[in-house]
Amino acid sequence: MTDISMDTMVRVAAHPRRDIGLKARYAAERRFRIYGALAISIGLAFLAIMLITIVSKGYTAFWQTTVTLPINFDEKVIDPSNKRATDPSVLIKANYPKLAENALVAKLGINPDDKPMIRKLKGFLSEGARVQLRDIVAADPSVIGTTRDVNILAAANLDSAFKGQIDLSVEEARRKVSDQQIAWMNKLKADGAMAEHFNTGLFTYGASSRPETSGMGVAIIGSFYMMIIVLLLALPIGVAASIYLEEFAKKNRFTDLIEVNINNLAAVPSIVFGLLGLAVFINFLGMPRSAAFVGGLVLTLMTLPTIIIATRAALAAVPPSIRSAALGLGASKMQMVFQHILPLAAPGILTGTIIGLARALGETAPLLLIGMVAFVADYPKTPFDPATALPVQIYMWANEAERAFVERMSGAIIILLVFLMAMNITAIVLRRRFERRW
Amino acid sequence: MSSLLVLAIVVAIGVVAFFVGRQRAAAHDNGAVKPHSRAHYHGWWAFLLAVLPAILLLAVWTIGSSFYLDRHIHAALPERTADSKVASEALDVSLVKSLAKGLRQLDANTTLPTTFAELQPMLAAKGVALASDTQDYMIPIAVEANAVQSRLGLFGAVITLALSIAGAFYALRQIAPRARARNNVEKLMLWGLLAASTIAILTTVGIVLSMLFQTISFFESVSPMSFFFGTVWDPRFAAAGSGGSQGQFGLIPLLAGTLYIALVALLVAVPVGLMSAVYMAEYASPKVRSVVKPALELLAGIPTIVYGIFAVVTLGPFLRDLSAALTGGSPFIQGQSIFTAGLVMGIMLIPVVSSLSDDIITAVPRAMRDGSLGLGATRSETIKRVILPAALPGIVGAILLTASRAIGETMIVVLAAGVAANLTVNPFEAMTTITVKIVNQLTGDLEFNSPQTLVAFALGLTLFALTLVMNIVALYIVRKYREQYE
Repeated sequence: MTDISMDTMVRVAAHPRRDIGLKARYAAERRFRIYGALAISIGLAFLAIMLITIVSKGYTAFWQTTVTLPINFDEKVIDPSNKRATDPSVLIKANYPKLAENALVAKLGINPDDKPMIRKLKGFLSEGARVQLRDIVAADPSVIGTTRDVNILAAANLDSAFKGQIDLSVEEARRKVSDQQIAWMNKLKADGAMAEHFNTGLFTYGASSRPETSGMGVAIIGSFYMMIIVLLLALPIGVAASIYLEEFAKKNRFTDLIEVNINNLAAVPSIVFGLLGLAVFINFLGMPRSAAFVGGLVLTLMTLPTIIIATRAALAAVPPSIRSAALGLGASKMQMVFQHILPLAAPGILTGTIIGLARALGETAPLLLIGMVAFVADYPKTPFDPATALPVQIYMWANEAERAFVERMSGAIIILLVFLMAMNITAIVLRRRFERRW
Repeated sequence: MSSLLVLAIVVAIGVVAFFVGRQRAAAHDNGAVKPHSRAHYHGWWAFLLAVLPAILLLAVWTIGSSFYLDRHIHAALPERTADSKVASEALDVSLVKSLAKGLRQLDANTTLPTTFAELQPMLAAKGVALASDTQDYMIPIAVEANAVQSRLGLFGAVITLALSIAGAFYALRQIAPRARARNNVEKLMLWGLLAASTIAILTTVGIVLSMLFQTISFFESVSPMSFFFGTVWDPRFAAAGSGGSQGQFGLIPLLAGTLYIALVALLVAVPVGLMSAVYMAEYASPKVRSVVKPALELLAGIPTIVYGIFAVVTLGPFLRDLSAALTGGSPFIQGQSIFTAGLVMGIMLIPVVSSLSDDIITAVPRAMRDGSLGLGATRSETIKRVILPAALPGIVGAILLTASRAIGETMIVVLAAGVAANLTVNPFEAMTTITVKIVNQLTGDLEFNSPQTLVAFALGLTLFALTLVMNIVALYIVRKYREQYE
């Protein structure tokens, strides 16, 4: 009896084994999971490709080829009629490139009377030699008549050739460096007179039409001014506004209006802030174009919502017990906020501020509209002088055709990214270090 | 006396008042009466009373006197006749003002020549460059204007300082053990906080008003119909003396390009971003999460100019050469194209989509997930049939926010999309966008009253209105959604 019933039971259990498609469902599960992993890999792959292409194009910008030449500060070239005692402008106007050329001719062992040969030297040294030698003489006129070793920048094309970036298999007429110049270059290289040095000019020079003497000096100072202005304006105003909204504001129409405004401003396209700056600060209030001050104001308005949102989150995260304790001990509401809540919220506020500043540092579009796309060769002494900014400098170099400018542009991007990464990592570290779980 | 110097003196008075006030308040505290406020509050109150009204007065006075000076110069200028050498009255006034500014650089006791031709080298020696159409008759007016200005400035400085000192004394006299200095200071602080929070409103008002005024004056020379519905964008250059508008300012090609590129970008960013968010929220181990999340944040922190340069220097040429190799000759993808710009913009937006959707997905209550898994659904079924439908409103909001970012994005399209205003459906050709044209019309030398410049503000207002609507709808949806599960 029992055997039979067992048998039927087994059969009953086995029979309705429907095909519920478990295999297909698990396959779908696996596929879905792979899609997800794929999506993340796509994002990360693009990040990697972008960083790799930029770094591979740009790292050479940090090295610059120079030629060490024994320059003879020949009185006959600098001051042929010996008038410098009465007319100092002679020293400014003198034919300094000639000095460099003479030194190069002597170094390469070219016959000084072989004019066609000397003409081939054109474009070997940078035009910046004029300014460099002039500054040496202007600083110390007693060098005239003496000989001294000077590191002179090679021209941009020679610099590229020296770094091996010019394809020498192309026929001579179609490339920018002649075979003769290459031969000279190799000779100087063998002598040790021509070598790559760390490119300090990239950080110090202003705008220039020649790649080898153009740098980001003006842009770094301009960006620095702007960041200071943003910090000085956006941080206090943002914190004050957040304190009002989070701690004091009653829930009413007016407060709602402010909240909607802030949330919306955080999502307004940045270029609109540029239009605001152009119409209000420059056109209506008559502030100077291209000035870091106006740029700072525009970026402040743009950064404010970011800082306010972060600050409000930080204030809201401080637990009510702290508030009650302070009020219970007899503090006024203002004392409670400024002496207890604000110090506890400070790490969060700082993190938000740094992230806002990093955004402002990388912002380009509004600055284009207020005239920061400018050829500025001299350092801005005050925030009201014409200046450029780091990303704007990158944009301007992107519009240049020469290869050497592309190299500088990539180098500038590396510098900008290093700044931004340093700021972001500081923010992350601050958050990890000081974040409190209540 | 310059306003900056006056300001410095006022602050100095305030600092003195602070210390005196604190000292006096501390002296009152002899234990007989319990003081209401601590000593430094009395100091701060004295500082505020000494500084704030004086600075307000100084600001009003400076603005008022500059208006007065304008009117004064205006009245002094000779009547305009048909043969006036200067183009407009406004230019007249501004020439006199810059002349007056230049004259201030000269030594006080220089005898001034009567003609501008003689004056110019004297000013040039001081490093002052002036417009060459400055007229002889402006010199006495400028001298007079300088005299008026220095009188006004001196008077303003005197009353400002007087007010500051009066304020300080008033506050110092009020000091008494039961005086409510803290309440006064805190009331003022509250007003300060309120003022700071209204800056957001002022910014929005500033944006709308500034663009509205310029747009209205643009519509005086170009009809709104031909702007909003025109299909040709050809603004021409603003040639001097060409008068009115000959260019055509049709919005349609720009709007089409903007939306097309945004669409391509969303087609890249939404699936990839959403899938990565799902993976991060549902599958990734904590270890993977801790590496990938900062990396994606890094992607979000890269400035858009870098993406733009990547598009134009690396990706654009690569796609062009690739397409040339595929057809064995002419490339069908242009160096600057909708596809390139949209693709790179899509990459930029991946972290935006993924971080917004990550928040939304993790906000779906645990119980819904557990319920579905408990009924035997696989993880992917739970995601597809339970979590995503529940999160849908929030995701729609996130996509709207992303779309508004895509529409307003500037640097990528400036570099990678091209400047020709085409109307095309081929994604491999170049099209241009609203933001590109705003930048084009406003970089370089500006003449502020030409329609070629003003059109940028009309474009900006259109862009602002477009993104505003999207943002408000998106924020509304996201907020509603959040409330649903909280």
